[in-house]
Amino acid sequence: MLLRHTPKEITERTALTINPAKTCQPIGAMYASLGIHGCLPHSHGSQGCCAYHRSTLTRHYKEPISASTSSFTEGASVFGGQANMLQAINNIFSVYDPEVIAIHTTCLSETIGDDLKQIKKKAQDEGKIPAGKTVLGANTPSYVGSHVTGFASMTKSMAMLAEPKGKKNGKVNIIPGWVEPCDMEEIKRLMRLIGVKSIMFPDTSGVLNGPLSGEYKMFPEGGVTIDELKSCGDSCGTLALGEWCSADAARWLDAKCKVPCKVLDMPFGLAATDRFIDALRTVAGVTIPEEITLERGQLVDMISDMHQYLYHKKVALVGDPDQLIAMTEFLVSLDMWPTHIVTGTPGKRFEERIRELTKELPYEVNVKAAGDMFLLHQWIKNEPVDLLVGNTYCKYIARDEDIPYVRWGFPILDRQGHQYFPTVGYKGGIRLLEKILGVLMDRLDRDAPETKFELVM
Amino acid sequence: MRKVAIYGKGGIGKSTTTQNTVAGLVEMGRKVMVVGCDPKADSTRLLLGGLAQKSVLDTLREEGEDVELENIRKAGFGGTWCVESGGPEPGVGCAGRGIITSINMLESLGAYEESEGLDYAFYDVLGDVVCGGFAMPIRDGKAEEIYIVCSGEMMAMYAANNISKGIMKFATSGSVRLGGLICNSRNVDNEKEMIEEFAKKLGTQMIYFVPRDNDVQRAEINRQTVIEWKKEAQQADHYRGLAKAIDQNQMFVVPKPLAIEELEKLLMDYGLMN
Repeated sequence: MLLRHTPKEITERTALTINPAKTCQPIGAMYASLGIHGCLPHSHGSQGCCAYHRSTLTRHYKEPISASTSSFTEGASVFGGQANMLQAINNIFSVYDPEVIAIHTTCLSETIGDDLKQIKKKAQDEGKIPAGKTVLGANTPSYVGSHVTGFASMTKSMAMLAEPKGKKNGKVNIIPGWVEPCDMEEIKRLMRLIGVKSIMFPDTSGVLNGPLSGEYKMFPEGGVTIDELKSCGDSCGTLALGEWCSADAARWLDAKCKVPCKVLDMPFGLAATDRFIDALRTVAGVTIPEEITLERGQLVDMISDMHQYLYHKKVALVGDPDQLIAMTEFLVSLDMWPTHIVTGTPGKRFEERIRELTKELPYEVNVKAAGDMFLLHQWIKNEPVDLLVGNTYCKYIARDEDIPYVRWGFPILDRQGHQYFPTVGYKGGIRLLEKILGVLMDRLDRDAPETKFELVM
Repeated sequence: MRKVAIYGKGGIGKSTTTQNTVAGLVEMGRKVMVVGCDPKADSTRLLLGGLAQKSVLDTLREEGEDVELENIRKAGFGGTWCVESGGPEPGVGCAGRGIITSINMLESLGAYEESEGLDYAFYDVLGDVVCGGFAMPIRDGKAEEIYIVCSGEMMAMYAANNISKGIMKFATSGSVRLGGLICNSRNVDNEKEMIEEFAKKLGTQMIYFVPRDNDVQRAEINRQTVIEWKKEAQQADHYRGLAKAIDQNQMFVVPKPLAIEELEKLLMDYGLMN
């Protein structure tokens, strides 16, 4: 009963967040940076920021996360961080020799007004950036937005490396948004099956789900290359998955490089995957390959086989906007009842979108952007649910309220599998269903009287 | 669109000069937006007829992050758009960050888009460039030309010289340039000659000499620019002159700030001439 102090009665709060459903912008920026080949993320701020961001990513991905920091001191805070960053760029290239440094700012460097662009220009003019190496940067003050904002900003900075030559490269840019490395792999597999040549950014597959080979590689094989990023201004189009994570980058390429973009929902669940596959099919001008049709059929089969266990089960959800939108649509399509939905990321459009997706349901959903898990817990106390879906921090609520619980989202600190088993696409839909059915049926088994304890379910 | 930032020592008359000049530009048919970058939020008072404008940061604090452009800008004299960045009360918080926040917000809301049809955006910035936040208007891609308001007083020239150092730093990495010094006269001996010489040493020009005239204060009491309050006043013509000089200005330089000894000498030479 770790959260037993949570009161059932909901009082309006204006200034206080309890058990936030979000984290720092730089964590998102750092994760996105790791999706660039040979990239060392650099945190422009004090050491503690960088240490926290690295350890959070390590705890989720179970991989060492290398990142450097400008190591602000009191002096740097007063005189500006330019000297620290110039020194850092120098040191990084001479000691670790990455292909790319992706700089993100922190609350401190943002507040004192360090100008990334100007410092980068100075580093360039002073010859601190060796030929053929790249430095990019994104502004990521944590008092604005959330980790999702940081991810989106770094992704946009990646798009801004585009150097269109005016000759189309025959590829499609795919911006997958903040999904797991295995999800990115799965998206690439689907694109290959349909025959779409792509540039995916960021692409953390092969970087954060690598093998233990006995040899440490600071910069693994995976990640989008700088050449690919330069070329993304010559692509035939951009598919951006997720309004919050990916749309800014795609729209920038559309506006500045005339690469037409389409913003889709993240392909979680049946309908969103259908739309994604359909977009790919249209781009490639082919019919959908048998293999994909088969996978879809398997998902539909599983849904119809197990429908009785899902029907009108109430669900509480917490996570990031793009994921929650797709998940809500999926749950509704399963005849489940998403009841309470919270994201820590701000944006009124989120609430509008969720209301739209749930408008056919016979009740009004509780939905909140810029909300917190305390509120979610209170909602659950007032209107109990049959299932809770969210990151590891939900385990306290699940235990207190004794609710079946599926870990999904970021971060997952206490279970395994999210690095390797995708939840995007039709196969990912099957995986999600498996997890949901697993906990629902475990609960039936636990609570069933002996006369109702079923062998076959 | 030309983006112009006005800097200068505190109390030198930046806000007054900016608004009166903007009134002159409006008469010439220009579409202007004025962005006040001062926590006191008094940069648009004359254009708005004293109406206290709700500042960007107050709006942000009260209404959250979903702010619309119409919440934070108001139409003033002759169709100018007036925005006040605002900021914390004296002694608390971080006014510099406030400026970064509000300029970012204006950009993301599309206040500078071509569809807005602006000819000019003016940033009226508080005092010296005391920290990174107050340099926001002259970062790359923001204001491209800067005018420094000064007078023949030592401290005003000292501040102008200091601001030039800031401009030099940003000019080397971006497109920002110094357009000239605006002398807002304090009736100091040999003021015009001295500022002309000072400007020359900085590598720039004195773009206009605005004489001291109490009509400025009279118009201010009436919460109006001189041009609005008394069209035919001589001082109104001076502001028209300044507006025209800015409109036609072709001289944009990277300034060469003076060493302190050089600045002191300049003051001695001209101050003791009589």
